[in-house]
Amino acid sequence: MPIELRINGETKTVDVPADMPLLWVLRDVLGLTGTKFGCGIALCGACTVHVDGKPVRSCLLAASAVGNRAITTIEGIGATPAGARVQKAWLDVEVIQCGYCQSGQIMSAAALLATTPNPDDSDIDAAMSGNICRCGTYVRIREAIKRAAKAREMVGERS
Amino acid sequence: MRTAVSLAPSRRSMLQAGLAGGFVLAFHLPVAAAPVPNDSEGVPPEPGPFAPNAFIRIDPAGKTTLVMPQVEMGQGVYTALAMILAEELDADWNAIALEPAPANEKLYANPMLTVQATGNSNSVRAFWMPLRKAAAQSRALLVAAAAAQWNVSPDSCTTGSGKVFHKASGRTLTYGELASRAKGTPPANPPLKQPKDFRFIGRPMKRLDTPAKTDGKTIYGIDVILPGMKFATLAASPAFGGKVTHVDDSAAKKIPGVQQVVVLDDLVAVIGDHMWAAKSGLDALDIEWDPGPNGHVDSALIRADIAKASEQGGLVARKRGDADRALAEGDKFEAHYEMPFLAHATMEPINCTLHLTKDSCEIWIGTQIMARVQATAASVAGLPLEKVIVHNHMLGGGFGRRLEPDMVVKAVRVARHVDGPVKFVWTREEDIQHDLYRPLYYDRLTATVKDGKIDGWRHRITGSSVVARWLPPAFTGNHNIDFDEVDSAIDVPYAIPNLVVEAVRCEPPGVPTGFWRGVGPNNNVFAIESFIDELAHRAGKNPVEFRRSMLTNTPRLLAALDLAVEKSGWGSPLPPRHGRGVSVQISFASFISTVAHVEVDESGNVKLHRLTTAVDTGLAVNPDTIVAQLQGGMIFGATAALFGEITIKHGRVEQSNFNNYRMLRIDEAPSIDVHLIKSAEPPGGIGETGVTTVVPAIRNAIYAATGIPLRRMPVDRDVLAGRKQA
Repeated sequence: MPIELRINGETKTVDVPADMPLLWVLRDVLGLTGTKFGCGIALCGACTVHVDGKPVRSCLLAASAVGNRAITTIEGIGATPAGARVQKAWLDVEVIQCGYCQSGQIMSAAALLATTPNPDDSDIDAAMSGNICRCGTYVRIREAIKRAAKAREMVGERS
Repeated sequence: MRTAVSLAPSRRSMLQAGLAGGFVLAFHLPVAAAPVPNDSEGVPPEPGPFAPNAFIRIDPAGKTTLVMPQVEMGQGVYTALAMILAEELDADWNAIALEPAPANEKLYANPMLTVQATGNSNSVRAFWMPLRKAAAQSRALLVAAAAAQWNVSPDSCTTGSGKVFHKASGRTLTYGELASRAKGTPPANPPLKQPKDFRFIGRPMKRLDTPAKTDGKTIYGIDVILPGMKFATLAASPAFGGKVTHVDDSAAKKIPGVQQVVVLDDLVAVIGDHMWAAKSGLDALDIEWDPGPNGHVDSALIRADIAKASEQGGLVARKRGDADRALAEGDKFEAHYEMPFLAHATMEPINCTLHLTKDSCEIWIGTQIMARVQATAASVAGLPLEKVIVHNHMLGGGFGRRLEPDMVVKAVRVARHVDGPVKFVWTREEDIQHDLYRPLYYDRLTATVKDGKIDGWRHRITGSSVVARWLPPAFTGNHNIDFDEVDSAIDVPYAIPNLVVEAVRCEPPGVPTGFWRGVGPNNNVFAIESFIDELAHRAGKNPVEFRRSMLTNTPRLLAALDLAVEKSGWGSPLPPRHGRGVSVQISFASFISTVAHVEVDESGNVKLHRLTTAVDTGLAVNPDTIVAQLQGGMIFGATAALFGEITIKHGRVEQSNFNNYRMLRIDEAPSIDVHLIKSAEPPGGIGETGVTTVVPAIRNAIYAATGIPLRRMPVDRDVLAGRKQA
């Protein structure tokens, strides 16, 4: 069935099965491969995107159920203040190893900072524990989130 | 910064490499050959680039392409190898572009592994001198070209940031300007820099591969998109060695987007417009399987077999003094330790994209074994080697899983029945259930202690040999002893006067085994360091002091132990049910000690509070990467210690996804302190040391917290809670 999706500020029309998860529409139909397949059952977080700013697992969300809500993917998150700060902090702290899970990590972290500008460790645990990193970058993810939060304070930015 | 990482080599660079394959090189001297041809498609460009060897290419604009003989799977090797090359080349770091090496066993074999492979924590160790030499030779040719142009002595010239200088006359030429003039035979042994003159090596350089990993731009194998490409997923026989007996595909074929169902004797694939169609189609198939010869196999059987096999003497891998005599005298203690099968669970599920025609095969993949992938595809497809082109990509985790070409075999077999390019993606379930597993090991240790020190020692290691299958000459050439299986056991760091280390090969029926991050030392360091703690306990000694007294021959390890102990606060009071445990190891030419601080609650749950590790890994090429590898390696090892186990029932793997094959998550991760010991020794390996060091440290911390000596991994919460006997 043809559906319209608003992705990173652009409207796309795709003709896909009604039950097709957004993950596969992004990757296999639209070629937005930054969003990753990890488990297919919302256990690893690699497929995290934002729908109206909230982090969701795109592997279990039917694209046809998104409607008019705004989808943001890793390819577009740098255009948001929190996303840009997270990306920069990720490089400053040198979080990334293989990088495969990091799209999802960055999306989860950006969503956290957009709603909780100064997260403490338990906020970070709650927001990030759905994202598995097999390379084990957790200690740096925690550090980078705190750094990104601090960067906002320093520039007095409103997100 | 203009540094760019090219994600996949062009078809053109593949063809170049194909031509370059005509040169026969000794694997330990990969730079001693004629230049790699730079243009195989006809007229050489004018003016030509400078390509003195297989690793370096400088074009007239000064762009310096460094060809990476080892694959980037997160370990930071692209940056480290680029630093080594740039150092001796005196390159302009901002002019560097990286390119993955094409499949070419002759040009790009790993000198320590003898094949084109990335593994065993030896990328920097293996290429440290060859790349320095290659770069220094290249630099010498550039200097010679400048000196000839200026009519001065090369000795009067200096280099830096991609330029040659003649200070006396104030003249400068860039490497780009010299690219078309530099030629000839380089000096066989150019002088290498002294460490005090290093500009890159030893400094924490920013990684070259990470910027494109923050915004989704990096293309992993699974991200490849080709015009007209189809999507496939597959199911192999759930029981190892089983066959398909019947498939009803009527429901699957009604699913929108399903194009084709391919049924082979041992696997079924569904081809569709996208992964969702392929996966839905596969789910809708009604497949009957004959479980085959291994249908009766389960974990209990395998464990009983291996325990029995370990009762017999094995092949002697190391002998010192008179172990039989020493073990016959005094208070003998024996214990056995067991490690389970483990899947790799790389975050990027197994995948392979290929376009097979009747006379060619083109492959897009992320692999640790470029040349073997090419050769495997050629063999399965019945094509000459040169008709198979492999494009490597960034790897979404390797951990040894991508040292295997099994996905290529399956993809080629299915692709024979499909027109056009097709991307095969394994579901997570298929990925976990059809891995090549870290072997289940059974270690039997026996020792006597005399005057507070170990006098007699027997370590018998029983398990599958991965090397025997993966690199048979290395097995048969070593008297049928798997060098990896006994690694960190034959070189046990303690000064033990009477010692014997034996290996017993015992292959589990049906279950394929493979290398898994940490490889042989995973098992041996766990068994040895657990046993040492138990011996210390029996001797009434502090585990640190017991170790210290026997590390007299290894000052680098002793220094690591002392530093880890000091930084961890060892000995300071802890609340009830908390404990600290220590481990030491020499593995992959690194000397490392770790202290774990854990808490065990009444239900047997283990909380990791803090890991403190100290390492002497020789000269640290990129220190921050070394810290990162240890942090990550310890999380990887902690995951295995707390959760990791693959079990077999009815000849098949019982686990299937992250619900029943658990990974450590951020809320469970401890704080980690890594301390690097400054050293001028040659670089050691680091990618796997964190994994191997942490498991016994955690185990020993649990022992300290509870008094329960776990003998088997992963941690059994029922045992810790007293619900079950160990």
